[in-house]
Amino acid sequence: MDQALQVIFSATFIAAVLRVSTPILLPALGGLISDLGGVVNIALEGIMLTAACAGVLISVATQSEWPGLLAGVVMGVLMALVLAFFHLNLKADLILAAIAINILASGGTIFVVFLLTGDKGSTSALVSKQMPFVEIPIIKDIPVIGPIVSGQNLLTYVAFIAVVLVAVFLYRTRAGIHLRAVGENPEAARSVGINVRAQQYLALGLSGLLAALGGVYLSMGYVKFFARDMTAGRGFIALAAIFLGGKTPWGTMIAALVFGAAEALSVQLGNLRIPNQLVQMIPYVATLVALVIYALVQRQRAIARQRKFRQTQTVAVGS
Amino acid sequence: MPTASDSAAAPLIEMRNITKIYPNGVLADNDVSFEVRAGEIHALVGENGAGKSTLMKILYGMERPTSGQIYLRGAPVTIHTPHEAIALGIGMVHQNFMLVPSFTVAENIVLGTEPLRGAFVDKRAAVAATASLAQQYGLNVDPEAVVDVVPVGMRQRVEILKALYRGADVLILDEPTAVLTPQETHELFAAIRQLVNAGKTVIFISHKLREVMEISDRISVMRDARMVGTIDKRNADEHLLAKMMVGREVFLNIAKPPVQRGPVVLKVRDLEYATEAGVEALKHVSFNVYAGEIFGIAGVEGNGQTELVEVIAGLRAPLGGVIELEGKSIAGLPPRGVRQAGVAHIPEDRLTNGVALESSIQENLIVDRYEREPFTRGGFLRPSEVARNGEVLIEQYAIRTPDGALPVGSLSGGNMQKVVVARELSSRPKLLIAAQPTRGVDIGATEFMHEQLVKARNAGVAILLVSADLSEVMSLSDRLAVMHAGRIVAIFPTTNGLTEEEVGLYMLGTKTMTQAEIERNW
Ligand SMILES: Nc1ncnc2c1ncn2[C@@H]1O[C@H](COP(=O)(O)OP(=O)(O)OP(=O)(O)O)[C@@H](O)[C@H]1O
Ligand SMILES: [Mg+2]
Repeated sequence: MDQALQVIFSATFIAAVLRVSTPILLPALGGLISDLGGVVNIALEGIMLTAACAGVLISVATQSEWPGLLAGVVMGVLMALVLAFFHLNLKADLILAAIAINILASGGTIFVVFLLTGDKGSTSALVSKQMPFVEIPIIKDIPVIGPIVSGQNLLTYVAFIAVVLVAVFLYRTRAGIHLRAVGENPEAARSVGINVRAQQYLALGLSGLLAALGGVYLSMGYVKFFARDMTAGRGFIALAAIFLGGKTPWGTMIAALVFGAAEALSVQLGNLRIPNQLVQMIPYVATLVALVIYALVQRQRAIARQRKFRQTQTVAVGS
Repeated sequence: MPTASDSAAAPLIEMRNITKIYPNGVLADNDVSFEVRAGEIHALVGENGAGKSTLMKILYGMERPTSGQIYLRGAPVTIHTPHEAIALGIGMVHQNFMLVPSFTVAENIVLGTEPLRGAFVDKRAAVAATASLAQQYGLNVDPEAVVDVVPVGMRQRVEILKALYRGADVLILDEPTAVLTPQETHELFAAIRQLVNAGKTVIFISHKLREVMEISDRISVMRDARMVGTIDKRNADEHLLAKMMVGREVFLNIAKPPVQRGPVVLKVRDLEYATEAGVEALKHVSFNVYAGEIFGIAGVEGNGQTELVEVIAGLRAPLGGVIELEGKSIAGLPPRGVRQAGVAHIPEDRLTNGVALESSIQENLIVDRYEREPFTRGGFLRPSEVARNGEVLIEQYAIRTPDGALPVGSLSGGNMQKVVVARELSSRPKLLIAAQPTRGVDIGATEFMHEQLVKARNAGVAILLVSADLSEVMSLSDRLAVMHAGRIVAIFPTTNGLTEEEVGLYMLGTKTMTQAEIERNW
């Protein structure tokens, strides 16, 4: 137990939380935009996976990380736009179309990897590139803060800067406000001349972009290879983070950090003498527990209201 | 080139030979011509489904006419989107509000044309613009309040300001008063007059002929997708309008034989309820409803009537008190238990609580009894029985539809309400709770509802009638209670000789009966 506590309160651990939260936070922000636009993107998982795979393969081919990043992002946005086309133009059910994309991504990525390498598990045989890790001058020398904030992967910084950008976009720009209006009352938006379909394309496109960044981070930052189903449900945990975060950018960030902490814990505890399988469950159990707590808090609030009312009642009657 | 005098004589808006066939084949407007003069208040009336909203949506660019032409100041125009309508100075307030609930009043008003400061939306400018516009037209709103929590009357004003903000010269108001209290209606009319004084033109749709006679300069009447005619208010009266709308004589007065009061059916004592927000909605409410009588509850909306009805119907759990049906407690039972005990409920919000919009008319007619014989046997639904029952009720209650298998959502408001009434009355209840039974319903259907209520009463059903329409409750009820701030402040043993002014004083809370007086009339 002592060991566990030491682990949690170390700078290395907090740095690990930021690292591990990144591939939840990025898709969560994307999912948030799509959700507020009224077209919640359940295909985050598949989009991440595809982007992760495309990034690695292109970085291998070009021996440079930047074309890999570009390829991942382009693939992600394209997939989201395909989803948008199926739903908005062909009127397919959004959830079903997204599930199809997830299944396609899971099988399709490993198929391509197999064709190129003959390996059905991962691309570890290939030499792929990683996005740069950034040492921030001055800050890196501050004790405690330095090791946490400095030296992270470029995409980790991008993720946290994206929180601010998404918040500004959603609440301060015309496009963001129109997008939220469309999500909440499409008829109202249409009646003032807002193009509902265009806004929903935008919402899904942006969600694809952010999810793709999360995917590229996984295979070209967090690790340096692509592995079968390496997203491991992060695209779905991201959806839970949106909900727990009260559908706001800042709340989503906090929820992503909580899930990141759970996962970082499971990684650290993996070094101790606890069965590995048990430890690996932590992020998923944490998601479930968080959702249950959320529901209980909501219920408790309702009960407190009733109780408060009853008290005022008895006081009134008693006096 | 038209001369100056020509263009002055040309009507501001002219819709010529407009026909609209919806993709599902409904002929909503059939060769309709309609003209509006600059600076007038022009009322458009007609029964549910006559095609009024469709005609106005065509003018506002939300629907395209199948054929026909629109002229603005004598020149032909095409209006294919709301955007184009707005550019031509036409604004519309829809029958169902078009607001974004989580946005503030100001954000809603500027939506789509937000003021910018650099790349960002200038919220302060939006608030300032809203405030000055509100001031200019005497439409009082709180620019920074979130729309979700502001009262209906204010939402209405937000919608009007929204149109004015876009520079509307012509304002279309589609049934603006259907959801308003008498006071709010009064304020709205004052605002409309101010708009006209400021040079605007107003098109006003309503089912309430008294309002139409009060506010409008000219009145156009539609029936069955056709324009019956346009008359000056001076030459019109309620009776004539009703006749033009329905195409036959309408009895605006309700004929009722004297009451044959039976035993107590519903007994309510000390009923208490608080909303989720902790507001005390019902405070020690007590009364009886007897078999064979209509017990009316009058009151300004929002004084606990909705909560009272929903608590009795089992949709909300009371915090305390007694609700008994023929001596057996039904307090706290779920809706099905309450129904099985013999209570029928015509809910005030038929769209959410009254019908399942996507389900068929037939299915809606059995949702309270689908699990029983003859509709279910051996655990399976029997579609032939459901259809047969549907046919009988559609015939009996004169529900206007080509096919009982169509979704209820395809019916006009009045016919939807008939579906609810048909289902509730055919369940042979001991107690019928009717909440706002004629809201948004046209004259013909209103007359029908009133007949049905009186018929049920004559057959010995106990009826609890709640309505914000004072003349309706006063003329239908045998006994009348008034609610104010969650309490019953008066119970009148008869409505004979009672005036609206008298009841109005109780509704506003300026007068209350003593507890002893009320108890005497329980
Ligand atoms: N979008 C639509 N698609 C198909 N049919 C429609 C549509 N909107 C209206 N209708 C039908 O067209 C007819 C005219 O409807 P409309 O809404 O214009 O009537 P209204 O006069 O405004 O009635 P109310 O007083 O109930 O508002 C009705 O039969 C209605 O069911
Ligand atoms: Mg209408």
